[in-house]
Amino acid sequence: MAVMLQGVVATAALSSSAAFDSKGAQLPTVKFLLERKGGFLVDRSDRRLAVFASNARAQGVVATAALSSSAAFDSKGAQLPTVKFLLERKGGFLVDRSDRRLAVFASNARARSASRLVTNAVAAKTDKSTASAASKIGGHEILLFEALREGLEEEMDRDPRVCVMGEDVGHYGGSYKATKGLAKKYGDLRVLDTPIAENSFTGMAVGAAMTGLRPIVEGMNMGFLLLAFNQISNNCGMLHYTSGGQFKIPIVIRGPGGVGRQLGAEHSQRLESYFQSIPGIQMVACSTPYNAKGLMKAAIRSENPVILFEHVLLYNLKEKIPDEEYVLSLEEAEMVRPGEHITILTYSRMRYHVMQAAKTLVNKGYDPEVIDIRSLKPFDLYTIGNSVKKTHRVLIVEECMRTGGIGASLTAAINENFHDYLDAPIACLSSQDVPTPYAGTLEEWTVVQPAQIVTAVEQLCQ
Amino acid sequence: MALNQITSSSRSKLLKPLSCFSSSTSLRRPFSSSSDDNTVITVETSAPFVGHNIDPPCRSVETTPKELLGFFNDMAVMRRMEIAADSLYKSKLIRGFCHLYDGQEAVAVGMEAAITKKDCIITAYRDHCIFLGRGGTPFESFAELMGRKAGCSKGKGGSMHFYKKEAGFYGGHGIVGAQVPLGCGLAFAQKYSKDNTVTFTMYGDGAANQGQLFEALNMAALLDLPAILVCENNHYGMGTAEWRAAKSPAYYKRGDYVPGLKVDGMDALAVKQACKFAKEHALKNGPIILEMDTYRYHGHSMSDPGSTYRTRDEISGVRQVRDPIERIKKLIISHNLATEKELKDIEKNLRKEVDEAIAQAKESPMPDPSELFTNVYVKDFGLEAFGVDRKEVKVVLP
Repeated sequence: MAVMLQGVVATAALSSSAAFDSKGAQLPTVKFLLERKGGFLVDRSDRRLAVFASNARAQGVVATAALSSSAAFDSKGAQLPTVKFLLERKGGFLVDRSDRRLAVFASNARARSASRLVTNAVAAKTDKSTASAASKIGGHEILLFEALREGLEEEMDRDPRVCVMGEDVGHYGGSYKATKGLAKKYGDLRVLDTPIAENSFTGMAVGAAMTGLRPIVEGMNMGFLLLAFNQISNNCGMLHYTSGGQFKIPIVIRGPGGVGRQLGAEHSQRLESYFQSIPGIQMVACSTPYNAKGLMKAAIRSENPVILFEHVLLYNLKEKIPDEEYVLSLEEAEMVRPGEHITILTYSRMRYHVMQAAKTLVNKGYDPEVIDIRSLKPFDLYTIGNSVKKTHRVLIVEECMRTGGIGASLTAAINENFHDYLDAPIACLSSQDVPTPYAGTLEEWTVVQPAQIVTAVEQLCQ
Repeated sequence: MALNQITSSSRSKLLKPLSCFSSSTSLRRPFSSSSDDNTVITVETSAPFVGHNIDPPCRSVETTPKELLGFFNDMAVMRRMEIAADSLYKSKLIRGFCHLYDGQEAVAVGMEAAITKKDCIITAYRDHCIFLGRGGTPFESFAELMGRKAGCSKGKGGSMHFYKKEAGFYGGHGIVGAQVPLGCGLAFAQKYSKDNTVTFTMYGDGAANQGQLFEALNMAALLDLPAILVCENNHYGMGTAEWRAAKSPAYYKRGDYVPGLKVDGMDALAVKQACKFAKEHALKNGPIILEMDTYRYHGHSMSDPGSTYRTRDEISGVRQVRDPIERIKKLIISHNLATEKELKDIEKNLRKEVDEAIAQAKESPMPDPSELFTNVYVKDFGLEAFGVDRKEVKVVLP
């Protein structure tokens, strides 16, 4: 039974000494390292906890102690152990490091054993199973686009320099309703309806960011941002470098991409492969309401230009997310389902195809480890590497084209760094190198389907 | 020649500088006398302004001796710097692209005289002199041109990427026309923070045909942004004359619903008047286009001799009739603010200063190899960056 780790508590998976039994052992007590009046915690890739002051209402202490090491999960898919929260916080921030460590959590939270599988890649209807009965914390159910909006609104409340620009974001509320109601609340200048001129309004956002504003540019569809490629590549990505560090460009560029439901070739593009070489930008892809909100907030707070890739078909996914404020780390991958036999790396919508295939695979006796890489640039080679060292086989499932896609770069990165740990060549399942056709049956075959994933795993694990 | 007429009505009674000072000072410095700061000289611009959808400002410009001498000083430094850059390029100390501004100095100094450092300027790649106008030093410029660490962009930008954030100079952009949306973004931020400042977004006659310019202009006009688009029309877009590139070379009219003003860009005082006028307009009414009729003596860049698409006679003709430094010189002399010899001495001193800056820049160190990886991201999170061979060059970004 696949487990998707959600919620504010990260399981200290993978690592070491503390083994959790599937009945839900307690995490060892942690000492409070710091007490700060207000602050939120960010887990850093070097696994030191950094605490930043902020206007958080948080009083009280902050827990810590990332445990590293190698606690293995029971391969049958242990539930998240109930965790005792040692720290009390009167509200505050949380950063979730979804796999390897303890996350700091706010006081009202209790352990949440989220054991849930979302099988639908396209949630046209709300998925009942996501309303996890096992959840013990007061969270609230939310759709992905609402989660984005919530994150956006919280950040706009927090910092008056945050503003939104895009087509139909204001009065219309956003073509995917990600900015609904914001223009009424913040005014027309702060949630700006632009004319259909991607090149220049992206340039305008970069110019505004140079002076200190923090704009969020919405591309109605990621494919339209090709028109703004010059601004994104040359100005957004490179100005910090060519000015010798004088200008920061804290911009967020977001929008839906990916193959939808028969939208045609030009509206089904995956731009992450085109943008990945641009130096100076960060790219993240969200896949669940939980990580959508967290990544949106992290992207807005980041001083670097961040491109947030959403997916057209995932906007109506429903999930319960915490009431407390939380920010995810932009460079982190998410452990969706720990396993032993093979590492499956994926992101965005393909995560759901993979999880669907995982059900079949588990029934056939395989134990795949599924990682949602989330951070497309830079790759979280730490999480990925640990996984490769454990399973020795890698399958990459992505929606990009085969040529020059994210999978291609990831294959190269893993090969170069972890070659000695691989028992088999890395397999990469990507979309076909064709423009996405309109006909439904053809469209289905341009994109990786769960059956193909199962076959690939079987082949790799021979 | 184009000697400006001096309106007699407001001619101030200027004492001859000689009698103001004790004769012990060998180099008379009239501009250091406090009385000169208050004297107002009114000059008429060489050509009238032409407006599009707007009433042009009047031709009489008020100025002071200090300002005029300041113009002379600044323009002479700029001219000297560009010519020195020419010879440095030829001796291969400056590489890559080098776009020189000599001939167009009046635009830079005239604009500076009308605005503050809180107003923003953004321009394209012909940016050395605008950088100087915004407060950059010749040393910083030469160091950057030669790729030294002490350069204004730490040697990582080059000729086309001069920036000075604290003085409101936003660069320095290599892609033609891409700075115009950025400039409108600066104006957007100024409107957002309501700080009563304006942005001068400069571009050339070549960039005037870019679509993104009109996109940005549309948005600026819709939102009433305090953006002033300044077209430095030197009549040649790289090697193509304006009449061969634009169906309508009247660039000040091409804003259509946005008012425009055509200005003699070789007359620093006209530029100053126009910029002052434009600033007032932009703060109240939104964007305005200024077309500066100017001329560059050099080719488009150092690889362009500049004579294949125009005649040498044309270049020398403009230099004789319209040179901005000569114009100011004549004004200064006719108002008895300094003699010809004094001005020559000033030029000689400036030349020495520029040469010293060059020598200093030549000595200054190249950037450290570790600088290759700095400033890629802000506050890098220990990310690893790789070279071509990951085993060879592996760096943890700071």
